[in-house]
Amino acid sequence: MSAVEVAARPATGGVGVPFRFLRSELSLIARRRRNQAGLAVLAAVPIVIAIAVKVASPTSAGGGEGAPQFLSSISGNGLFVALAALALEIQLFLPIAVAALAGDAVAGEANVGTLRYLLTVPVHRTRLLAVKYAGIVAGAFIATATVAGTGLVAGLVLFGGGDVTLLSGTTIGMGEGLLRLLAICLYLTACLAALGAVGLFVSTLTEQPMGATIAIVMVNMLSWILGVIPQIDWLHPYLLTHWWENFGDLLRDPVAWDPVRHGLLSAAAYIVIFLSAAWARFGARDVTS
Amino acid sequence: MTAFAVESCGLTKRFGRQVAVNAVDLAVPRGAVYGFLGPNGSGKTTTIRMLLGLIRPTSGGHALLGERMPGGAATVLPRVGALVEGPGFHPYLSGMDNLRRLDAADRTARAATADARIRAALDRVGLGAAAGKRFRAYSLGMRQRLALAAAMLASRDLLILDEPTNGLDPQGTREVRSLIGALAAEGATVLLSTHLLSEVEQVCSHVGVMHQGNLVAQSTLEDLRAEAAPRARVRTDRPADAARVLRELGLTEVTHDGDSATGVLGPVAPEKAVATLVHDGVPVSGFAVVAADLEEQFVALTGEGFDVSG
Ligand SMILES: Nc1ncnc2c1ncn2[C@@H]1O[C@H](COP(=O)(O)OP(=O)(O)O)[C@@H](O)[C@H]1O
Ligand SMILES: [Mg+2]
Repeated sequence: MSAVEVAARPATGGVGVPFRFLRSELSLIARRRRNQAGLAVLAAVPIVIAIAVKVASPTSAGGGEGAPQFLSSISGNGLFVALAALALEIQLFLPIAVAALAGDAVAGEANVGTLRYLLTVPVHRTRLLAVKYAGIVAGAFIATATVAGTGLVAGLVLFGGGDVTLLSGTTIGMGEGLLRLLAICLYLTACLAALGAVGLFVSTLTEQPMGATIAIVMVNMLSWILGVIPQIDWLHPYLLTHWWENFGDLLRDPVAWDPVRHGLLSAAAYIVIFLSAAWARFGARDVTS
Repeated sequence: MTAFAVESCGLTKRFGRQVAVNAVDLAVPRGAVYGFLGPNGSGKTTTIRMLLGLIRPTSGGHALLGERMPGGAATVLPRVGALVEGPGFHPYLSGMDNLRRLDAADRTARAATADARIRAALDRVGLGAAAGKRFRAYSLGMRQRLALAAAMLASRDLLILDEPTNGLDPQGTREVRSLIGALAAEGATVLLSTHLLSEVEQVCSHVGVMHQGNLVAQSTLEDLRAEAAPRARVRTDRPADAARVLRELGLTEVTHDGDSATGVLGPVAPEKAVATLVHDGVPVSGFAVVAADLEEQFVALTGEGFDVSG
């Protein structure tokens, strides 16, 4: 049998369907109950916001001092439900979602024993990390888009659409408003991708996915905590989460590109550093799980 | 193309201060069914992990199917089916979906034939009916079978199976042994690790014996059997006298019990032993020459017994 047949097989290069392994990874993420439940929770938040605002103040523009960003603009345009939900969820819910995916990425496979079988298929370790990271980033985008999408629909249903009055007072059309919402989703995905890179690294350190997830969430919280201590403000620009809330700058007219650019640069730096660390760690590691 | 499917040179692995595998020189000829025999903790799994590139040897190197590892992994591992330290699958995926995932990860596997190959592998291990069940609902034996199916997803030139009959019932054990025979008949080389001597005796053509990280013996099963020194066994109602006569004749390791005496014949001809016994007036009701069984061989090699049950 084998000798002849095998010799006829190409030694490298995909056969048939391209990106088969990546697709398999995405379906593994998508079919997991835990992830589906998590996504449902993410989607519930904007719906709760929209209903709460509608019930509480059908006429007046709600939200006094200290209310979350964008909340007061909701009754003017449903689009702001999506923005308010993103502003709230980027603090904890979205990072938890990314931490759950990233924690699982390598540690989860090690934990159930599938890692050794993937490596003997063989999957090159660099390729495994690349596919795992692509899965995390795709998950981050889908999570962000789900929050924005549900918020948009709930907002449009309860408050209607129309021209969008920006924070700076100028008005843009609904079409441009949607475009800016998409840009915000992409910006937040980049921010979460930085957390995902840290997470992927953490995930190569252990065989306990839950432990990895908790550690990643703690890194994220620590960054927020350090970010509110004024005595160390020299450190703030380097923190993982420092530029995340600047997604609102994409809603100014004209767009305040400087902080956005800083945010993207910071995310890129985190991604490069921690993917390299994950690669260095995982490439040399003994897989004894 | 070398004559060996697996060849290692001084393969060594240290975990901290413990030497788990010590300078192992494996030589598994192509087409062999090689029994990698050793008690628990003797270093079989660690050796197999090194062979597959999962862990780095502390020193030494090896080649699979003539390709240096780990450099040749991308080209050689698709031709190697492996089972390492028990099954490992996603609990919430079905057996079928778990195999789909492994196949999707294989760059050399053809997507168009995936389902047919997966079906064939599942049928071959008798899991066809349970293919759609979630892995978490599988019994230990079913899990082991799924791991074997994964090792047979593509046509393989070499199978490295770490304790493949673990957790199987006697019926399953027989099935796996006949499966190994069938794979070998198709031309594949099989490296089979086990702590069961009976398994080696039943399916293997070659054997390597591990003991505390060292490969203490390696040969064909035939050669090993031939080396086994034959013993004479005398049935008599005067076993103590028989033992004395055998000792005087030059037999070694002479012992006796209630109705017999035995000893290693060495250069002494069996005819002469019988004649001397009769001449000395020891009543001989039975006389037999028995080759030492492999178990005694291995006890001699490793200084400890094997679990020979099952
Ligand atoms: N990851 C590890 N860290 C430390 N020691 C290990 C590790 N893996 C195996 N060992 C030790 O190496 C020895 C050989 O183990 P193993 O190869 O699993 O034996 P076998 O498969 O023959 O039962 C054992 O003493 C075991 O405790
Ligand atoms: Mg073992």
